[in-house]
Amino acid sequence: MSNKAKHWEKTKGQMIITMILWFFFGYVIFMFGENINSASFLGYPLAYYMCAQGSIIAFVVILFWSAGRQEKIDEEFGFTEKEDD
Amino acid sequence: MFKGKFIDNLPKIYGTYTGGFLVFIILMAIAESAGMTKETIGILFVAFTVCIYAFIGWLSRTVQVDAYYVAGRQVPTVFNGMATAADWMSGASFVAMAGGIYFGGYTYMAFLVGWTGGYILVSSLLAPYLRKFGCYTVPDFIGTRYGGNFARFCAVCVLTLASFTYVTAQINATGTIAARALQIPFELGVWVGLISILLCSMLGGMRAVTWTQVAQYIVLIIAYLIPIFWISNKGGYGLFPHLMLGEEVARLGELEAQFGLVKNSAAAVKEAGVPGGLKSISLPHSEVPAGGMAAWKFISLALCMMVGTASLPHILMRYFTTPSVKAARKSVCWSLFFIALLYTSAPMLATLSKLSLMDPTLPTGIIGKEISAVMAIDWVSAWTAQKQAFIADFNGDGILQLNEWFMRGDVVVLSTPEIAGLPYVISGLVAAGGMAAAMSTADGLILAIANALSHDIYFKIIDPKADVRKRLIVARSLLVVIGAFGAYIASMRITGILGAVAWAFDFAMSGLFFPLVLGVWWKRATRQGAIAGMITGLGSGTAYLIYVYPKFMGNPAWLGIDHLRFGIIGASVCLIVMVVVSLMTPAPDSATQKMIDEVRIPSGKTILGKQH
Repeated sequence: MSNKAKHWEKTKGQMIITMILWFFFGYVIFMFGENINSASFLGYPLAYYMCAQGSIIAFVVILFWSAGRQEKIDEEFGFTEKEDD
Repeated sequence: MFKGKFIDNLPKIYGTYTGGFLVFIILMAIAESAGMTKETIGILFVAFTVCIYAFIGWLSRTVQVDAYYVAGRQVPTVFNGMATAADWMSGASFVAMAGGIYFGGYTYMAFLVGWTGGYILVSSLLAPYLRKFGCYTVPDFIGTRYGGNFARFCAVCVLTLASFTYVTAQINATGTIAARALQIPFELGVWVGLISILLCSMLGGMRAVTWTQVAQYIVLIIAYLIPIFWISNKGGYGLFPHLMLGEEVARLGELEAQFGLVKNSAAAVKEAGVPGGLKSISLPHSEVPAGGMAAWKFISLALCMMVGTASLPHILMRYFTTPSVKAARKSVCWSLFFIALLYTSAPMLATLSKLSLMDPTLPTGIIGKEISAVMAIDWVSAWTAQKQAFIADFNGDGILQLNEWFMRGDVVVLSTPEIAGLPYVISGLVAAGGMAAAMSTADGLILAIANALSHDIYFKIIDPKADVRKRLIVARSLLVVIGAFGAYIASMRITGILGAVAWAFDFAMSGLFFPLVLGVWWKRATRQGAIAGMITGLGSGTAYLIYVYPKFMGNPAWLGIDHLRFGIIGASVCLIVMVVVSLMTPAPDSATQKMIDEVRIPSGKTILGKQH
């Protein structure tokens, strides 16, 4: 497999992991909204908290984490850009 | 004062700007205590900020194509993040979102999740690759990846429909705010709003829009956060409201049980003469509605908003302005960070606002009190006179019940400072913030449409030999024409702010999401497939909207997919048709395959040349 193809395989893998996390915080939690709302976090009902703040914060963290991982992948295969290009 | 290049001085420039804005707020506060009238303060806030944006727009004027279309591709990540956040957070986010949560509670908050989660799709699936492509507009990508003017033309159609649906709502919002702050009629306010919008974008295109959007973000975030922190601390709810309103949310639940959540019948509302657009609270604040259907409605709305986010061209084109692919990816992260600052605050504002009206033990509470006493309160009589609030004594007991208090959603943001007894300078600040939010989004949208028409239709299809001067004249004229058309539609007052905003997401996802994503992620996707997908996706989505929307055909929604969610139908059809047709037609040629390989690698030259 060529360097490019390997890089794309890893990039795809990273994309799929990110999508799984996205799906969990965007959808899975709210499928069970009714069940988890009796639990509480910081004094808020859990499902309410997740849509008011929890999932949004999770999205921000996932984005920064995923961008960092992707940069490492690019570096590993020597595809890092020169800043002046 | 500022040595060296403009870009290197950005933190200093915007730091000074922020400081200057804070000084202005303090000056206004001093003027208020010296006896300046509310009207003058409101006018000064809106006029002062709009003049600054116009000044930035004038400073950023340009005669270069690269600067006009993609801000010279040199916007640093964090600043591009701020600009995107302002581009993204519309008048609806700023003015109507807290109101939506106020009335809809948990059910409405699907919008919060939907309007943030989409950025993960943008970052993982699209932005870095579109940046590598080096296109000026979104249809530019479609046109080059799939080849042929017809594919490009279809993409322009989807873009125009989605963005135009959105932009009328924004011009409407600037009109409403300008009318209220400057004390002029709404129809005139719309045109004042439009002129302010064009002042920011006409001379400098994307470059001017970028630097005004950063300035607008700073104003809108200050205007949103100061009142929340102030009210929370003044009312003793907690130093940092985001972490400390658990008890208040629980108290709202108690109050809902005490007063009872009653849904008024449409007939009773009509008979009482409640003005259009006003609502009463009938849904619980934090309780999750029971049943699988309710969960599906929450999830499906979030899905539409997320996929729509990733297909809206005015957002995607912001990532064409970064210096590199890596910077494009990072700036998506910063965009969501800056958006989250406002979005995580909206539920807190709704909670505080609801509590201060509903809790009879608070001096600000009105529910459960005598109607005659409530009517005598200053802000109540002012808003009722403007038909923004209404009291209907259904049971005739002279006491204001929860279902007897009607209000327009916008009032929550615009008047909470006043209700909570904050000085008027804060209300002026909020008006300036709302204006900034609506203007920045309108600017991004109008520019997206005008750029697509001038670059993709005029330059790429009609007159590929046009010189730079001619191209920029066409681009600017289109900007004015589209803006004027949008203002004309807005002045006719056709839809409420939010219905139209959600539709834009559904239109965009129906026609653009899969052609964009598969263009990068599936080499086998062909021109015929993409064209068929765009046409059938947009067509079926629109047909379903007409079928289901109460004001058109009004048929019962299928599986709970109502007019806010029609993108699910459109995007599914688009995906299926695109895959089937692509597999039936010959695979793209080796040049195209090679181009896709190149797009997937972050380093190296962009696919399209520097000037194209």
